[in-house]
Amino acid sequence: MANFVQQVVSGLASGGIYGSLALALVLIHRSTGVLNFAQGELATLSAFICWTLMDHGWGFWTAFGVTIVLSFVGGAAIQQVIIRPIQDGPVLGVVILTIGLLIAVNGLMTWIWGGAARQFDGPFSTEPITVGGVAFSKQDIGVIAVSLVSVLLIGLLFARTKLGLGLRAAAVNPVEARLTAVRVPAMLAVGWGLAAVLGAVAGVLAAPSLFLEPNMMRTVLLYAFAAAVLGGMDSPIGAVIGGLVLGVLLNLVGTYVEWVGGELRLAVALAVILGVLIVRPSGLFGRAAVRRV
Amino acid sequence: MRVKLIAFGLGVAALIVLPFPLSDFHTVQLATVGAYFIAILGLDVLTGHSGQISLGHGAFMAVGGYTTAILMSEHGVRDLWTIPLAALVAGGIGLLAGIPALRLSGFYLALATFGIAVVLPTILKKFDGLTGGSTGITLFGKPTQTGHGFQVTILGRHLTNNQWLYALTWTIGVVLFVVVWLLLDSRFGRSLRAVRDSELAAAAAGVNRSTYKVAAFGVSAAFAGVGGALLAINVAYVSPDTFPIQLSLYLLVGAVVGFYGSIWGAVIGALLIQFLPDLVHQVPHIDDKQAGPTTFFFGVVLIVLMLLLPLALRVAALLTNRGYPRAQ
Amino acid sequence: MSRSAGCGSDLSILELRGVAARYGEIRALHDVTLAVAEGDFVAILGANGAGKTTTLRAVSGTVKTTGDVLLDGSKVFRRTPEGMARRGVAHVPEGRGTFSALSVLDNLRLGAWVQRGVSQRDLAHVFEFFPRLYERREQQAGTLSGGEQQMLALGRAMMAKPRVLLLDEPSLGLAPLVVREIFGALRLMNESGMTIVVVEQNASLALRAAKHAYVLETGRVVLGGVASDLQANESVRRSYLGY
Repeated sequence: MANFVQQVVSGLASGGIYGSLALALVLIHRSTGVLNFAQGELATLSAFICWTLMDHGWGFWTAFGVTIVLSFVGGAAIQQVIIRPIQDGPVLGVVILTIGLLIAVNGLMTWIWGGAARQFDGPFSTEPITVGGVAFSKQDIGVIAVSLVSVLLIGLLFARTKLGLGLRAAAVNPVEARLTAVRVPAMLAVGWGLAAVLGAVAGVLAAPSLFLEPNMMRTVLLYAFAAAVLGGMDSPIGAVIGGLVLGVLLNLVGTYVEWVGGELRLAVALAVILGVLIVRPSGLFGRAAVRRV
Repeated sequence: MRVKLIAFGLGVAALIVLPFPLSDFHTVQLATVGAYFIAILGLDVLTGHSGQISLGHGAFMAVGGYTTAILMSEHGVRDLWTIPLAALVAGGIGLLAGIPALRLSGFYLALATFGIAVVLPTILKKFDGLTGGSTGITLFGKPTQTGHGFQVTILGRHLTNNQWLYALTWTIGVVLFVVVWLLLDSRFGRSLRAVRDSELAAAAAGVNRSTYKVAAFGVSAAFAGVGGALLAINVAYVSPDTFPIQLSLYLLVGAVVGFYGSIWGAVIGALLIQFLPDLVHQVPHIDDKQAGPTTFFFGVVLIVLMLLLPLALRVAALLTNRGYPRAQ
Repeated sequence: MSRSAGCGSDLSILELRGVAARYGEIRALHDVTLAVAEGDFVAILGANGAGKTTTLRAVSGTVKTTGDVLLDGSKVFRRTPEGMARRGVAHVPEGRGTFSALSVLDNLRLGAWVQRGVSQRDLAHVFEFFPRLYERREQQAGTLSGGEQQMLALGRAMMAKPRVLLLDEPSLGLAPLVVREIFGALRLMNESGMTIVVVEQNASLALRAAKHAYVLETGRVVLGGVASDLQANESVRRSYLGY
């Protein structure tokens, strides 16, 4: 029984990481209609930047603050320079472009920082605490808490603010939005910038547990996509809840289904993606039908 | 058309002549290029002509490669005969994959195929009874290998192993190129392109979209299977690391470099995949022990190409619009 | 019949001079010259393909043009949809331009984008005009009927408090009763001072509602004048009114 609870708790912790990256994926999809395959690498890049600043003696919060700003600017710049020229063209072009970005950023990180894994000292301690035979750390709680707070903030942004309204309008109907005086290009850039910020948060949340190295988010990306698809590609709350559910599901299936064991977790995530997309494309919380054709 | 025939003739002639001035090592490198070339041909059919995005073609290569390896090492099948079998197995799986793929499109199909490519190495490691797990399967020196890895005699001439591999790969490559050429020029090709350009219009014209899309999946998977089989034969070894996610992504790079959809560019793409790492190492100050710079440049090439492609296509259109009346 | 129906350029709020536009190789407007006085209700008529929609697009900057567009007597170069909206020109395109995935309320809030905030009074004013929108305010706009979506489009335009309202085919696809409601609302809006330019294929309806009208044929203005005069005009009757 204790093992069951342990698996659930650890699952929630890893699920929090998947959910926070999924949140970034959902934001980009909701504001620009793009699935950004490079999101994981960009998140790792942000974590590397934060690490480098801390390595030069800056405190965590200062480093993190600067990283957030740089990530926002970087994300907006990528959208304006690389994505905008082809975002109205065929989907294949955008897919290939984000794949190219994935490859390039991954290579860049390996080139600059090398492939070795580093320790990352986040704001939460990774010291294990044991309660009733179940081990977890402040880091785990922190990950879940931050993810939920992020969802809240994003939700408020979209529903209550003028900017959020503009982001939604630009995503849903860019041509008409321009007639309403919404500066659509700026909205798209802001969408990517915010997603980059969320990615930075995800990266910084993940690094203490996963250890910082260029391939840190490689498998997390697939889990994050599974979480986002499960929750509904356009739903921020869905992304985080999807992540938590997925984390627990993977742990339980891995522990109790002999055959799956630890090695086939990725396969389970893929099965989730395929299953949801084929059977119920709008996911758990999605509203309108996902544009499949 | 005549231009294409002449180009084809020149290409074949170049292929025949090339091994003679080149070293043995370069010959086998070119043989590997041939394997990629065939896989990219398949990708061109699927993505370029039927408009279905596949980020997972490395998986079909793996199916072909492992089919070959297992047949050669466990079942005593001679390497040559494994090639059509690899095509059948990969093609069959491709047809099966094509059916659920019908319900996905655009980004979601890309995501699904991306997932398959990421998951594949773990599946290969899991079923180690069949696949040899992480250690893989070694084919070198096995009795099923033509020439036992050393020398091959054809029509009285002695070829080194590498020359044999080159000849095998490119003969199959040329044959498959012709097959694709004819296929795409035929009604099949036209229907594919109709489906790609406008599903609605194609349906209105009576084209059974589903059949063609699934068929495209099967055909392209078969091609990738052949490519994988040849790769296995070339390297004489398969393991989960022979077919990582990078392979799928680089195949896409190759297809794009070759102006995706244009089978004539497939050679350029295949050459790029094989030789870009070496080119990158030539640049001074780059530490070639790290994979970083190569990977980075692959990515940059992809990005730059995608940004320039619309421009390039417009230039190409302008250049070929001889005599077209241009209004002010 | 004169080419210009308005009262002259000093009182014109909107003027087009020699405007030409094309889509790729196809020339949609050749030479459009017309003027709209402040507070006027102008109808632009013409057959399909005559260039009516393109004329509105030329004003809002949705299509590239040569020639001049003047607002309050001064030329506006490099028009963009956002820019023109900020200058008080509201363009409701064919098909209503509804944000189907957003709620009715969100659609209206969007209309107020050019304003500093969403004024509750403006919202109340819109709901007075169109009570049905108030009933459906939380609903997804895409679930509204055609007529309701047209009302929503008008409501959005009202929230922007524009000086000129450009409407493209408001009656398209709507039942006659609904159309009468819409045009009734338009008349009220015009009476409260809004300048309205309506593009309509339904000529008789438009001529009854408007004060002035222009007729377009293959990208050129061929007739212009007071609406009632055009209604009586022989060639207009035969070509556009059917008798």
